[in-house]
Amino acid sequence: MATTTTAPAPAPALRRKRARERLRLLGFLSPWLVGFSVFFGYPLLATGYFSVMHYNQIEPPEFVGLRNWRYVLTQMPLFGPALWNTLWLVVVMVALRVVFGLGIGLLVTKLKTGVGFFRTAFYLPYLAPPVAATVAFVFLLNPGTGPVNEILGTLGIPAPSWFNDPAWAKPSLVMLSLWGIGDLMVIFMAALLDVPKEQYEAAELDGAGAWGRFRYVTWPSITPIVLFAVVTGVVQTMQYYTQALVAGKLASGVSIGPGTVIQPGYPDHSTLTVPQLVYSLGFQNFNTGAACVLSLVLFVIAMAVTTLLMRKRAGLLPAED
Amino acid sequence: MTTTTLNAPTAPARTGHPGDGTAGTRARRTRLLHWIAVHTVAVAAALSFVLPFVFVFLTSVMSDRQAMSGELWPDTWHWSNYVTVFETPGFLDWWKNSLMYAGLGTLFTVCSAVPVAYALAKFRFRGRRTALVLVLATMMLPPQVVVIPMYLVWAQQFHLAGSLWPLIIPMAFGDAYSIFLLRQFLLTIPQEYLESAKVDGCGELRTLLRIVVPMSRPGIAAIALFQFFFCWNDYFGPQIYAAQNPAAWTLSYGLESFKSAHSVNWNLTMAATLLVMAPVIIVFFFAQKAFVEGVTLTGVKG
Repeated sequence: MATTTTAPAPAPALRRKRARERLRLLGFLSPWLVGFSVFFGYPLLATGYFSVMHYNQIEPPEFVGLRNWRYVLTQMPLFGPALWNTLWLVVVMVALRVVFGLGIGLLVTKLKTGVGFFRTAFYLPYLAPPVAATVAFVFLLNPGTGPVNEILGTLGIPAPSWFNDPAWAKPSLVMLSLWGIGDLMVIFMAALLDVPKEQYEAAELDGAGAWGRFRYVTWPSITPIVLFAVVTGVVQTMQYYTQALVAGKLASGVSIGPGTVIQPGYPDHSTLTVPQLVYSLGFQNFNTGAACVLSLVLFVIAMAVTTLLMRKRAGLLPAED
Repeated sequence: MTTTTLNAPTAPARTGHPGDGTAGTRARRTRLLHWIAVHTVAVAAALSFVLPFVFVFLTSVMSDRQAMSGELWPDTWHWSNYVTVFETPGFLDWWKNSLMYAGLGTLFTVCSAVPVAYALAKFRFRGRRTALVLVLATMMLPPQVVVIPMYLVWAQQFHLAGSLWPLIIPMAFGDAYSIFLLRQFLLTIPQEYLESAKVDGCGELRTLLRIVVPMSRPGIAAIALFQFFFCWNDYFGPQIYAAQNPAAWTLSYGLESFKSAHSVNWNLTMAATLLVMAPVIIVFFFAQKAFVEGVTLTGVKG
């Protein structure tokens, strides 16, 4: 005991302990540290590098300054439609999904009989693999023999051509996304069941009707979840790719196989989204530079939304940090 | 008193009031009408969620000729369509590839996510918040942003284009979504358990394997399920890395070309579609609880 107080012994011991702790921390974090630098850090820097290069993936890259940027932002004919479609989907699809998800969530919490059955029925479509769900919808909505138009025809309702009509292709994709509302339903259900019962009773005593109870009791306590659903919805929809691509390809009826290059976004570029354009530029036209410029545009938008998410919903990060 | 118990057995709180017999009946009638209204809406909504599956199934057992008509109900039931799908060249390989991608991908993800999530949830260190922010940032990143340089590395340096390995290997290095989800779960484990393990002389690794992993089984089950489904459903990844080699295609990727090859045979395409959906739905019914818990965890806890 006496030696520890007089000699500088505890300092090295403490330092050794600290070093050991740091090593252990690094050990636990190492998979992610490697993964983050190799599969996130490196490609991000490389995307920046290629965005100022002319590179067709065969000859060595050649520096061209901001030519790719100018090309993508001002001259490329498909950039406008792709950006418009992506923004259209972000606004319409996210808004309708949140409203519809909240509606179905409310409905299920109001049920007294068969809750398990209804919950499963509403949840199952969410599980359908996106490609399979899209193939199913292209069939259901096909204007020739599709069951939906068959039924609409019997009822005497004029039926649109859905995925084959530029005006209806995006709304059809929205319908597909509303079919898979299960994830939002579960999140909203959990939030709705968390609202304290006493508050409803108190509101009822104050003479609040159904709307009043929703407006003054339910809504204030679920707004964080609504905000969460909106922002994650926006982030997901900016990545919207598979359903739009598969629907466009299948509805166009063009047979595709390895090596077949088709214009994406059938009909009339109405389903062309920014991620599809990245793929098409990078892997079909081998215009690496332009594809990387577009990737960075997507990255900047995604990061802006993420920052917003973390500002507005501090709950994502624990309070004690 | 006798009338009240007869009229309103479900509302004993009202029994004391005079004239509550009629009030009870009215309340009961309102409740019944409310029940009918809510359940009618629910049945109609549920029907529209289930009908797509029904139509897909009915078409999948039609004859080739009938599938080209607009009829809704099969004349004769051709179960052999499913056999035809399985006998399509490549279809079984796609199954095998999907299982390999999803199986190995899930295993790698769980093994790498557990220690990282544990460190982020329970260790105190400078830069913890920054690390979390970076995990969230990767989670939000569209996969298209980094895909071109990554493809060039895998294709030019490792010559692995045309296989699923460029998709599987990165999963051994931590998937942001799984790390975040599991961390949220680990936060709910009381610190006292970990401290008492340390008092008993367990090191961090022993604490993790003996205490934390068994206690967080529901969380691990949730990330495993999500990752399995993600791999099974993935279209973009196989399109980038496996497109040039049909022997490496997965079900999700192959299904689209199946449709193109059988463009007129909706019955076969629908049978194949159901066969792609089936495993996911079967897995869901076996693991429903873990799954719903996981979905809730992403949004509500935190």
